[in-house]
Amino acid sequence: MSKAKLMDFDKALEIYEPVLGFEVHVELNTKTKMFSSAPNEFGGDPNTHTTPVCLGLPGSLPVVNEQAVRYSISLGLALGCQIAPSSRFARKNYFYPDLAKNYQISQYDEPIAFEGSVEIELADGKLVTIPIERAHMEEDAGKLTHVGGSTGRIQGAEYSLVDYNRAGVPLVEIVTKPIFGAEKDAPELAKAYVSAIRDIVIGLGISDARMERGNLRCDANVSLRPRGQEKLGTRTETKNVNSLRSVERAVRYEIQRQAQILSEGGTITQETRHWHEDTGTTSAGRPKSDADDYRYFPEPDLLPVVPTPELIEELRAALPEQPVERRRRLKAEWGFTDLEFQDVVNSGLLNELVATVSAGASPQAARKWWTGEIARLANAADVDPGSLVTPAQVAEVQALVDEGTLTDRLARQVLEAVIAGEGSPRDIVEKQGLAVVSDDGALIAAIDEALSAQPDVLEKIREGKVQAAGAVIGAVMKAMAGKADAARVRELVLERATAQ
Amino acid sequence: MSELTHHTAAELADALASGATTSVAITQAHLDRIAEIDADVHAYLHVNAEVSLAAAQASDERRAAGKTLNALDGVPVAIKDVLVTTDMPSTAGSKILEGWMSPYDATPVRKLREAGLIPLGKTNMDEFAMGSSTEHSAYGPTRNPWDLTRIPGGSGGGSAAAVAAFEAPFALGSDTGGSIRQPAHVTGTVGVKPTYGGVSRYGAIALASSLDQIGPCSRTVLDAALLHDVIKGHDRHDSTSLTDNWPSFADAARHANLTGVRIGVIKQLNGDGFQAGVMARFRESLDMLAANGAEIVEVDLPAIEHAVAAYYLILPAEASSNLAKFDSVRFGMRVTPTGGGTVEQVMSATRDAGFGAEVKRRIILGTYALSAGYYDAYYGSAQKVRTLVQQDFANAFAGVDVLASPTAPTTAWKLGEQLDDPLAMWRGDVATIPANLAGIPGISIPAGLAEEDGMPVGIQFLAPAREDARLYNVAGALESLLTTTWGGSLLSQNRGLDTPGGYSTSVKGGAR
Repeated sequence: MSKAKLMDFDKALEIYEPVLGFEVHVELNTKTKMFSSAPNEFGGDPNTHTTPVCLGLPGSLPVVNEQAVRYSISLGLALGCQIAPSSRFARKNYFYPDLAKNYQISQYDEPIAFEGSVEIELADGKLVTIPIERAHMEEDAGKLTHVGGSTGRIQGAEYSLVDYNRAGVPLVEIVTKPIFGAEKDAPELAKAYVSAIRDIVIGLGISDARMERGNLRCDANVSLRPRGQEKLGTRTETKNVNSLRSVERAVRYEIQRQAQILSEGGTITQETRHWHEDTGTTSAGRPKSDADDYRYFPEPDLLPVVPTPELIEELRAALPEQPVERRRRLKAEWGFTDLEFQDVVNSGLLNELVATVSAGASPQAARKWWTGEIARLANAADVDPGSLVTPAQVAEVQALVDEGTLTDRLARQVLEAVIAGEGSPRDIVEKQGLAVVSDDGALIAAIDEALSAQPDVLEKIREGKVQAAGAVIGAVMKAMAGKADAARVRELVLERATAQ
Repeated sequence: MSELTHHTAAELADALASGATTSVAITQAHLDRIAEIDADVHAYLHVNAEVSLAAAQASDERRAAGKTLNALDGVPVAIKDVLVTTDMPSTAGSKILEGWMSPYDATPVRKLREAGLIPLGKTNMDEFAMGSSTEHSAYGPTRNPWDLTRIPGGSGGGSAAAVAAFEAPFALGSDTGGSIRQPAHVTGTVGVKPTYGGVSRYGAIALASSLDQIGPCSRTVLDAALLHDVIKGHDRHDSTSLTDNWPSFADAARHANLTGVRIGVIKQLNGDGFQAGVMARFRESLDMLAANGAEIVEVDLPAIEHAVAAYYLILPAEASSNLAKFDSVRFGMRVTPTGGGTVEQVMSATRDAGFGAEVKRRIILGTYALSAGYYDAYYGSAQKVRTLVQQDFANAFAGVDVLASPTAPTTAWKLGEQLDDPLAMWRGDVATIPANLAGIPGISIPAGLAEEDGMPVGIQFLAPAREDARLYNVAGALESLLTTTWGGSLLSQNRGLDTPGGYSTSVKGGAR
């Protein structure tokens, strides 16, 4: 793939105004699929999570999963949408082997939720309102694996394998209206928006929201228009963006790529583009015109979805707090400075902090652990901090510090052992004998020995040169193999020196 | 009991109950009958004698143990090949499904088995139920047992012919625009299209989802009711199936009573374009009903003038989508172009080779009707007509209990006669299509023979949705009056059927 020429990002922004749009697909974590009783589980041997319905066998009929409808309504409400008193499924017709029926059951002109908005927060604390056009229910397609050929795509493959385990998994597609005015924040806004959707669906408990597994997928639409022009430019739709970081990079890349083409007098092709994580580039996919004819028509095998007002109100009452409100509340409750709080939010560690605090740690201690030691270790291992330790484990380590069993240094040692899978923090303290020596008798013995070994120091302390105690403290800590609380040692050193 | 094949299902059930015969004997008699005459009639696509006899044996054992499942336990039944079955192939009359075995039973089939009925085989049909003559079957036409040179109707010509030729006491069919009722009309049998949602569609290979309905084919109104009673009811696998508590349709048929019944004659289906013999039998039946306590009035349903046009947009539109799954990827025929090909080329070659001309015609029509820019003019307008038809029926039923019309404009035509004129064939559905558009139930029962060709003629009754019992009441009453007049069933007037064993020689070649 030849590398496209890119215009400098700041220069691109000088000449063009970026207009964004997002389609986020959320896989719901219902027990069964959208229209069949097949299990909705990730993985499994190919084609084992299937029924005649997900295989599109002759005579089979879809039946709507009620839990999926409830989840979709909750999501619609959390996005500030109106919920349609009656919405309908429609068939989207196109031939593709990952689509068992060669049509996808989706919603077309009557989505379950429409006209909402989501407030998101950028790194600098700026709040942006993202207008939501609609959220609709649909079924996922199966998964194709192309064997042979060089591209890994269906074209040129020797043969292709299809796994329908994912076929029929419930999806909600959230579609934004065009987003104007993002300007240089466009890449960051893209990331913040997808992150906000992730927070919402996790808060609702309706999706595992793991982007690497495709639970949450973002198609990013980007178009540019010359400054001062009213008419929107031609957009591209970038797919296969499987992490928050990729969302940001892909939008930045498309802005730079399109700007370069436009500045050279070229035109943008309306098409889907595939994001390549390894190269940080996009490549052309299927040309996509507005004239793509999916021959939508109302799904005659299903009745309209008519939620009762009581159900909608019940689900509304059960909604968790909106992410932005929640952040405001937490910042105040925890007493963090702007900087401290932004650090947590930008590291994507808010949920971990909440859980750690609720497991008993102080907010400041929880923050120090997550944004400090744990973030450092995660960064070194190139993994997500949340995958290293649980909030409960972090809180337990901190409790051991608070009760004086561990010093900060020992606590870091215990944490590393926890990450290494050696057991719970308390087990590790016990097994490795890492606890602080809190027996004053043992400490006094060591101090007395050190003082008598360094009579000059003892003299200085007695003369009031308290800072001289450092040498004795160091010797004691060494003698105790670090398992002593330095502050307590200092206290005792001064006490013994003057007492003698 | 002699002539086991010539008894009704109700009579067979009684004979089994009294111990006069066994299910094995009845099943064997039907299998023998099939072996004897089906080479000429070609009502069946698949017969599995071994499976049928094993099921019959199991039924006899249940009965001996006092564990009979249902009054019909042990009675054989034929199944239209549109319903999927685990122990027989399911082709829907198409080459594209040749040899395919379903891993599951259609709900109506499952219900038959659970009631102890004995599936004899799968009956022939127009490919994917598209047709009115069974000539569009990829496996060759079925012939009308009254005259082997004539069509048995369609799409369910196989089920109707099997019943008319005593190759099964009754059968399941599917009715999307008349595929149960019109074959009943041309074969002198009974056919019922239940209220939409009255019988599960799960496992019925879909033609047009919003129009399809599974129903019974039989020789008497009571037998249809008995079979309907077995297959009716809600199915959690079919979202469009109704949750109603249905009354006993057999009771409605047994206690038929015309007193005070108001029958509306549909003005638009009362003469124009209908064969003289068809109209003569229709009017005789009406007179008979009037003479026996029913009140006959004429009703106007203006919108049904456009019903055929609307139907032939809605049906192909839905069918074009329903038939998209036949692409060779997961099941059925696969045709790979010489030298290999892309997945699109394989799909295309398979569909080209696997579908017949009528199926292609309707897929193309439906694809067009749903296309961007044409949707409103075609599919959208057709749906508006559908709403008007529904309103017309609602208005009509405000004043009458049932509606009546001839079931179809003509008697059975000669094989091949209309094959080159699809529009003529489509127009033949004029009287049956409105019920499918409105989702209401309809029945066709024999009304006699047309003088001009000696072929059977049916009369159709329609009732409001959920009022299927009214059909069994009125049709049951008329059947009783007519058979009294005839001195037996209409089918007993079929000369060829008087000499079991001599059937194929006496009727072959339409020598009557």
